[in-house]
Amino acid sequence: MIYAIVFLPLVGFLIAGALGPWIGARASELVTTGLLMVCAVLSWIVFFDVALGHDHGYAPIVGNWMTVGALKIDWALRVDTLTAVMLVVVNTVSSLVHLYSIGYMHEDPDRPRFFAYLSLFTFAMLMLVTADNLVQMFFGWEGVGLASYLLIGFWYQKPSANAAAIKAFVVNRVGDFGFALGIFLVFQLTKSLGFEEVFAAVPGLAGKTIHVFGMDVDALTMAALLLFVGAMGKSAQFFLHTWLPDAMEGPTPVSALIHAATMVTAGVFMVARLSPIFEYAPTALEFVTIIGAVTAFFAATVGLVQNDIKRVIAYSTCSQLGYMFVAEGVGAYSLGIFHLFTHAFFKALLFLGAGSVIHAMHHEQDMRNMGGLRKDIPFTFAMMTIGTLALTGFPFTAGYFSKDGIIEAAFAAGEHRTTAMIGFVATVVAAGLTSYYSWRLVFMTFFGHRPAHSVAVNHSHDEPSTDDHAHGHDDHGHDDHGHHAPHESPLVMLIPLAVLAIGALGAGYVFEPDFAGHAYDEFWKGALFTGEHNEILHEMHAIPAWAGFAPTAMMVLGFLVSLYVYVLKPGTAQALARIFPRLYQFLLNKWYFDELYDFLFVRPAFAIGRLFWKGGDGAIIDGLGPDGVAARVADGARLAVRLQTGYVYHYAFAMLIGVAAVVTYFVAGGLR
Amino acid sequence: MFGFGILSGVTFLPLVGVAFLLTQKGDDETSLKNIRWATLATTIATFVLSLVVWSRFDTASAAFQFVEEKNWLGSGLVYKMGVDGFSMPFVLLTTFLMPFAILASWESVEKRVKEYMIAFLVLETLMVGVFCALDLVLFYLFFEGGLIPMFLIIGIWGGKRRVYASFKFFLYTLVGSLLMLVAILAMYGKAGTTDIAVLLKTDFPKEMQTWLWLAFFASFAVKMPMWPVHTWLPDAHVEAPTAGSVILAAILLKMGGYGFIRFSLPMFPDASTYFAPFVYALSVIAIVYTSLVALVQEDIKKLIAYSSVAHMGYVTMGLFTLNAQGMQGAIFQMISHGFVSGALFLCVGVIYDRMHTREIAAYGGLVNRMPIYAFVFMLFTMANVGLPGTTGFIGEFLSLTGAFQANSWVALIATSGVVLSAAYALYLYRRVIFGALEKASLKSITDLTPREIAIFAPLVLITIYYGVQPQPILSATQASVDNLIQTHTALIDAIKLAAAGH
Repeated sequence: MIYAIVFLPLVGFLIAGALGPWIGARASELVTTGLLMVCAVLSWIVFFDVALGHDHGYAPIVGNWMTVGALKIDWALRVDTLTAVMLVVVNTVSSLVHLYSIGYMHEDPDRPRFFAYLSLFTFAMLMLVTADNLVQMFFGWEGVGLASYLLIGFWYQKPSANAAAIKAFVVNRVGDFGFALGIFLVFQLTKSLGFEEVFAAVPGLAGKTIHVFGMDVDALTMAALLLFVGAMGKSAQFFLHTWLPDAMEGPTPVSALIHAATMVTAGVFMVARLSPIFEYAPTALEFVTIIGAVTAFFAATVGLVQNDIKRVIAYSTCSQLGYMFVAEGVGAYSLGIFHLFTHAFFKALLFLGAGSVIHAMHHEQDMRNMGGLRKDIPFTFAMMTIGTLALTGFPFTAGYFSKDGIIEAAFAAGEHRTTAMIGFVATVVAAGLTSYYSWRLVFMTFFGHRPAHSVAVNHSHDEPSTDDHAHGHDDHGHDDHGHHAPHESPLVMLIPLAVLAIGALGAGYVFEPDFAGHAYDEFWKGALFTGEHNEILHEMHAIPAWAGFAPTAMMVLGFLVSLYVYVLKPGTAQALARIFPRLYQFLLNKWYFDELYDFLFVRPAFAIGRLFWKGGDGAIIDGLGPDGVAARVADGARLAVRLQTGYVYHYAFAMLIGVAAVVTYFVAGGLR
Repeated sequence: MFGFGILSGVTFLPLVGVAFLLTQKGDDETSLKNIRWATLATTIATFVLSLVVWSRFDTASAAFQFVEEKNWLGSGLVYKMGVDGFSMPFVLLTTFLMPFAILASWESVEKRVKEYMIAFLVLETLMVGVFCALDLVLFYLFFEGGLIPMFLIIGIWGGKRRVYASFKFFLYTLVGSLLMLVAILAMYGKAGTTDIAVLLKTDFPKEMQTWLWLAFFASFAVKMPMWPVHTWLPDAHVEAPTAGSVILAAILLKMGGYGFIRFSLPMFPDASTYFAPFVYALSVIAIVYTSLVALVQEDIKKLIAYSSVAHMGYVTMGLFTLNAQGMQGAIFQMISHGFVSGALFLCVGVIYDRMHTREIAAYGGLVNRMPIYAFVFMLFTMANVGLPGTTGFIGEFLSLTGAFQANSWVALIATSGVVLSAAYALYLYRRVIFGALEKASLKSITDLTPREIAIFAPLVLITIYYGVQPQPILSATQASVDNLIQTHTALIDAIKLAAAGH
């Protein structure tokens, strides 16, 4: 069964990708969507068997990948409760997104390619969550990165989409840089990369010091930190978050699937999967907590002022991922995964709802040009409201259980650790901000009035309009010149919304006992490791009442402020922006991270590249070497002149040799 | 046949094709067709014959196999051929890629077709000879002889600055070759033979090892090429015709790496250990430095050439780790780079044949008219940046794993190459393939022809197949690598013991 779940999307990818031009768009859609539906059903069966039933999981080996010396890596499909949860999340959302895309993309001429990419992504994600060793995880990790790159840049005629795609891939590679080094270190420590062998070796390594990068450091802390850098990249955490908002250049179903529900949660999954390592690396866990806390707060502040409907939700995703890391940082891995699980439903719902809004508005994404849509698209409005309630943690919706659980756990852990208390404060504040910007989105979109200049058709924002390659969305805009009124989306798009809405309302209430309640042990069956002193799930029930109510209070507060600013007193937001122009610009420009990185990394890379090319290769190496020799041989008269300028090159060449010598000394001289 | 073995057959079969080509006179279409088909048939036959060798090759043994030995003119020089786990993969790589090189020249070469094909067939003989030779003098002849047809290919069928490029290559190689020749003479003086199998068992004094190592290094470092003696490569690639670039990148560069495994590491173990940090330093500088240079290139071929230098940095780094992962990874990286860089140069050739420019700025939006080409180029770009599931990943991953165990700093700097390679490769891809098709000159560009698809299809399959199932290649080299490491460790341990005894 697990073979079918993992490889059917690959089959779908191959069929739609290779045969798409021949079998046509409709057949490609039906094949890929149909296969994903099968996968989703099978995933739920596995979930019932392994997570809710008594099956303890299995890890069939598909074949050997490589064996070199002590390094032995198999292709295997590991299934335990953690994997089963991910299977359900990935395949449910993926199948719904496939279905939704049939409606959303129905005018795009490249649909076979789109559906092929979606299925390719699903396959890579499934390989990631079923990995039984770090290298297969890395395979899936990079595979989803590739699919993400291809899908962000799906509309390749838009320069902004291409730039966003490259940015996503390269920033993720920075994370992978850490991940890879972590893998190397784990191999050096345990002489193995299979999960079972590594986890078995970890307790023996606790407290062991290793000399690496010229420092004597705690071995497991170093390994956990390096691996976590990978998680930071994939899950868009602070410092490596800059690609996620730009990734919104991709089609909206992609944002729902990859950049909300599944791929970006891979980092959270990774930390949970490697909980046996992280539990023995308390310092690394504190770092995880801090990064999660900062991200939760930072992204929420930026979300306050964004005007692009998708970017608001993107920053919200970033922020919620921070919550998940806070949970894992304080040792409550199950809560992190629980929030991953519920978040997948309501965030996919919000994104697909936003897609429905964008569809209705003929590819307008700027919320300032929206308003009053609740009468035009009532169903979408209802669904978005449900998603917002779940996200903000309205009592008994999904977010109420998972998000508030995280905040309580952070408070409980805060009694021992300062970082956890920081996590608590940051997540409580972020809860208020979340509520504010989420309701702001609803109010700006569905309430009030549309500005006069927005006649619903302002499609130049989203789509390139100058190309000879007839593009679906342009046609779309033109088709609708006759009737400008926003229209409700077709049924094929609304059904996925309804299904996700059920999850957003009920997933928390139904599964809370399993994920983090009294059925914890029967549910997880040891898939998550917790150290013997880790009692966080019990301690969190013993916190004072005010701490438990804090998030709900913040939720109400955020709602009321938002209601005041956008419904009761429209214009307040603009007034505030005028009163605090610096703060407003700071938030609007996302804390100036893009500018900072451009200044620190991108430009220097190009400048240094040019310097090495023209200066290093051209002037110094060639000038002193072949060209210099040639010139001397060819023209004796110029010899003196050559030698004169040659002196400069000599110095420069000596410098190059010096660099080589220093690096040699560096790597030779005990710095191992 | 005359008492020669199958390896001589593989090596000299291309010369049979040359003999046939020499009988072809005339410049009419029929004889051109004959020439092309005969060359292709020869290279395919050579490949098939090398497959026969491969099928009989015992991967469990580290010894030389299919050994044949003959006295040469009774002069004391010996003709000795044989393969082991180090050379077998390279022989196969060479014979496998030659038909593609011929197919890539099918239509693009129009002048002096016969001479062109002869040059390639002679080149094949010399390349296979390098990997099969078990005598130092014989090796040297093949090794240096291979330069001549390459000079001619660049110098006659090359681009505008072809003379400059050949000259530059010549200057670089000259110094290294002379030093290597002196070293060979010194080795002969010491051991009294040039038989590689004997030399492998000879203990050279420590002092002497240092000098011999440096002399060989001078030659191999240029061939690799390692920083800072790499600047001939971008020029040579830019000026060479497509097939020349393919062979240059895919096979000629590997001779440096092969030289390190065949001579430097096993014959001069003390010096190799002594110089390992130096090699690491040059390797990591190469990875970072040339990746940054690749980022700012304006010529597609130059960009890929610089990327080759960076990838060879992983090879030299991996080889000198002297552990299983590092060495196997380095050898795999060389094989993988053979497929991938060869295919990338073929990709450039496709659009060069159509537009006659290699300038990146002249392209843009090709995906609109060339979807199949876009797919192929994407696949090899991803293989080039080491995406798991392609061969590029295996080599990089293994050599870095090995490097980390040897020296974590080296691995740290080298791993940053994965970020930089993604940056320059995707930036190139974006500028050439993506975007709107706006340039008037590109409006009527056509997608891959059936001939081109036939060229790329096997390369695509093999890049993915060995990315998922690399074990056939890895186990081919395993026994020889293990043997080398064991011998090396034993030697170093003995030296340590002796030092402790004093």
